[in-house]
Amino acid sequence: MTVHNLYIFDRNGVCLHYSEWNRKKHAGISREQEYQLMYGMLFSIRSFVNKMSPVDFRDGFLSFQTSKYKLHYYETATGIKIIMNTDLGVGNIRDILSQIYSTIFVELVVKNPLCSMNEPIQSELFRTKLDSFVRGLPFFSARAG
Amino acid sequence: MSRQANRGTESKKMNSELFTLTYGALVTQLCKDYENDEDVNKQLDKMGYNIGVRLIEDFLARSNVGRCHDFRETADVIAKVAFKMYLGITPSVTNWSAAGDEFSLILENNPLVDFVELPDNHSSLIYSNLLCGVLRGALEMVQMAIDVKFAQDTLRGDNVTEIRMKFIKRIEENLPAGEE
Repeated sequence: MTVHNLYIFDRNGVCLHYSEWNRKKHAGISREQEYQLMYGMLFSIRSFVNKMSPVDFRDGFLSFQTSKYKLHYYETATGIKIIMNTDLGVGNIRDILSQIYSTIFVELVVKNPLCSMNEPIQSELFRTKLDSFVRGLPFFSARAG
Repeated sequence: MSRQANRGTESKKMNSELFTLTYGALVTQLCKDYENDEDVNKQLDKMGYNIGVRLIEDFLARSNVGRCHDFRETADVIAKVAFKMYLGITPSVTNWSAAGDEFSLILENNPLVDFVELPDNHSSLIYSNLLCGVLRGALEMVQMAIDVKFAQDTLRGDNVTEIRMKFIKRIEENLPAGEE
């Protein structure tokens, strides 16, 4: 099992943070373009899922998977979006994404008055904490993939 | 700093006097810095807004409250969960408008004013106006534009303290410009 990469977007589609651990194939476009493409797709999936759902539901879009990877999506009521790509063996990781939000993003970005909340996160402490948190996950393994 | 990350999501209790006195010192200083009360009110609201914008993230992270589906639910969460969590009080929710887009929070004891007596020359000062800004800022982050103001204030001779909240509109999310 493995974790490929992680994106954090704000409510306006600004990519606040990107990290990558085990990514073998790159998009072949600039990072900025990639963020935009990613956000545009998520935005569309969200509205697609909400419109197409035949029943009322609370959580909305949760994840999708292809033959090779799985994209996990978590969105707060304030519109912060956390996206993690893993391999197919990883089950439901909502609680892990919500932990990233509540114990890392809120504690180290929101509560740091020097961190602006609508531009990419510069905090080194945030990066380090996030990196060691992800590396500590039971399904993180750099060898596999 | 690491202690923060390990803290988890439980809330920590703090002596409310420290908070009350710090707030009092802030208002006192603003009254010195600005010539008239209107400007102080405005400044307090602005500071509150800036706090609310961040406070909402802390609130959501700690409370596991999801998106509210109507304004009544919002009122409940504000009064029973949020005020309880941050100020240790539970205001009552009353005076709903017929359309359900307006209500009042009645505060029996406002912790911000514990040791306060307004001097006569500050009759138009809305002492706890910071709270209005906090509510407005926090709700704006969850896509609700709200008008918040003090309708009554015990500091100014009313029987109760009443915060009036009026729903203006839902803020729609838009795809950022420059995208097809």
